[in-house]
Amino acid sequence: MGTGRKVRIMIAKPGLDGHDRGARVIARALRDAGFEVIYTGLHQSPEQIVAAAIQEDVDGVGLSNLSGAHLYLFSRVVELLKKEGVDDVVVFGGGIISDEDIPPLKGAGIKEIFTPGALLEDIIQWVKENIRPRS
Amino acid sequence: MFGVEKVEAIKKRRERWESEVLQESLETLPETHDTFTTISGLEVKRLYTPENIKDLDYERDLGFPGQYPFTRGIHPTMYRARIWTMRMFSGLGTAEDTNRRFKYLLEHGETGLSTAFHFPTLMGYCSDDPMARGEVGKCGVAIDTLKDMEILFDGIPMDRITTSMTINPPAAVLLAMYIVTAEKQGVSKKDIGGTIQNDMLKEFIAQKTFMLPPEPSLRIIVDTVEYCTKEVPKWNTISISGYHIREAGSTAVQELAFTLADGLTYVQACVDRGMDVDEFAPRLSFFFNAHIDFFEEIAKYRAARRIWARFMRERFKAKNSRSWMLRFHTQTAGCSLTAQQPYNNIIRTAYEALAAVMGGTQSLHTNSLDEVLALPTEEAATIALRTQQILAEETGVINTIDPLAGSYLVEALTEKMEQETMGYIDKIEAMGGMIAAIEKGYPQMEIADAAYRFQRDIEKTSRSLVGVNKYVTDHPPVEILKIDPEVERRQMARLQQVRQKRKGKKLKERLEQLHHAAEGKENLMPYIIECVREYATIQEICDVFRDVFGRYRDPGLF
Repeated sequence: MGTGRKVRIMIAKPGLDGHDRGARVIARALRDAGFEVIYTGLHQSPEQIVAAAIQEDVDGVGLSNLSGAHLYLFSRVVELLKKEGVDDVVVFGGGIISDEDIPPLKGAGIKEIFTPGALLEDIIQWVKENIRPRS
Repeated sequence: MFGVEKVEAIKKRRERWESEVLQESLETLPETHDTFTTISGLEVKRLYTPENIKDLDYERDLGFPGQYPFTRGIHPTMYRARIWTMRMFSGLGTAEDTNRRFKYLLEHGETGLSTAFHFPTLMGYCSDDPMARGEVGKCGVAIDTLKDMEILFDGIPMDRITTSMTINPPAAVLLAMYIVTAEKQGVSKKDIGGTIQNDMLKEFIAQKTFMLPPEPSLRIIVDTVEYCTKEVPKWNTISISGYHIREAGSTAVQELAFTLADGLTYVQACVDRGMDVDEFAPRLSFFFNAHIDFFEEIAKYRAARRIWARFMRERFKAKNSRSWMLRFHTQTAGCSLTAQQPYNNIIRTAYEALAAVMGGTQSLHTNSLDEVLALPTEEAATIALRTQQILAEETGVINTIDPLAGSYLVEALTEKMEQETMGYIDKIEAMGGMIAAIEKGYPQMEIADAAYRFQRDIEKTSRSLVGVNKYVTDHPPVEILKIDPEVERRQMARLQQVRQKRKGKKLKERLEQLHHAAEGKENLMPYIIECVREYATIQEICDVFRDVFGRYRDPGLF
């Protein structure tokens, strides 16, 4: 992970969805893999997530949604980050997301989407390769 | 069950078998694992014999169906007289969409309704609140006011069909809507039957739809129990749920232990309110998961009945045998399904359903093959329903009661479940009870640890998951259900219309009366019903609660 500080990742649960098993397992797996991890807890609005990401000075934000609201919520987080002038925080996501929703999410600026059955090792590897400490 | 001498003779015989037969076999063909465990990590021995159940006392520990301690089932005839209720959890889009699905399932042989609400309803928000953006009708049906409820049950005879509603923080509000909708159909609240989940403790622990802090949450639950005991006598007031605890990643023992500990908390809270245990306990029901580990699940249900019966009789001194009975609904495990090769999910669900039936469930939801991808299509839901019908009508498993009783394995596992569950319950009680344990984050972290361990085991492939870490092939995508984006617009338009047609002054009075009652100690149910009657939105009512009691926020433990 380079010579600088540890990569800081925020795992976030946007919207009203309460399914947090995946988010918490991934938060723990990333922490055990050596990243600094912040977990927002449930029921965060996109505005709250963006404010927290800026305040915590994170390098990446992992969004989790299993209620079907991902198209709006994930895209909104990226949009608000841009509005705040933040364009170097990598946003990725996961949840119950159908194959056909992946292209529009990527088009909106979500760099990667992990779907049910994704392995922790693959997610960790992806984060290592794609997220660097912001200068 | 066997005399001391007999057990001693069996032991000698076993030891001889081990040295003379087993040893040789292991040398020529070693076993595939050093230890064999259930999916929850309980060790399972190579062989069970009477030695493993030598302390089991038939009359004390098993008894007869329909009698204390109900290990063998709560009815004297079980499925020979009446098949379990086939109750498919459904909810999608608007009330019209879900009403259509309800009628479709009833036409295809479903025998009870079960409602899935979308997240805004579950959390006490209206469809047009900013927090509801993107969620409307996605994960269940959108219910904002009584108007939606009237549409949801249009043409469904509420005096004949029972309805289960998976609803927690605003359970009292949805119950009020159900009561008033029935009234409008000409059905008295004395005659309606069904269930509200109304189990907030497991929300803090696992399902995570919460609104108020634990204490006021408990107060409203006790209000509903007290009200229904007098006014809605056929209603199941709380569905004390392990399902979500398991889905969040717990072991079978944790599911059972935390659920029963929650149940004990509710019973105590009602007793503390001054209610007689035999008045309300017969209307408490339970809800468990049916996971993929067949024998472990059967043992769990049998142990559940026995432990609950003992607590109710011994601790709470209940005298009515119906208070001792643990009645339960089962849902097959959503978390056991895989997105890869989704047709395999039909098979998983069938085995899980079989375990629930072997364990004596009163009602059953079978998951659809596509539920790991989206809400089920009509076709997938039909296959899931047919799975139950084949089980009930073709396999012959209903012919006898508690068919696995007396199995050395199942009886030994049932005892093991009971012991380990009691260990957890004692620990929670030593912490000062379930609310104190939740405040410490204890059950939440126990589950998080188990979930993490399980995922790691899958990835080390020490646990097989067909289609995920074994026998991996590409599978063409299955057709999945899409919620029409128009749903959100239509729902908001209806909500606007309802708001415009209401009598503003009367509604305001009703909400103020509710506010006042919430600040005091009165039972809130009659006040909620009056608000609902005036077409108060779910959010207007829940805002009163949030104002008076404050909000609970997720501590974000991981």
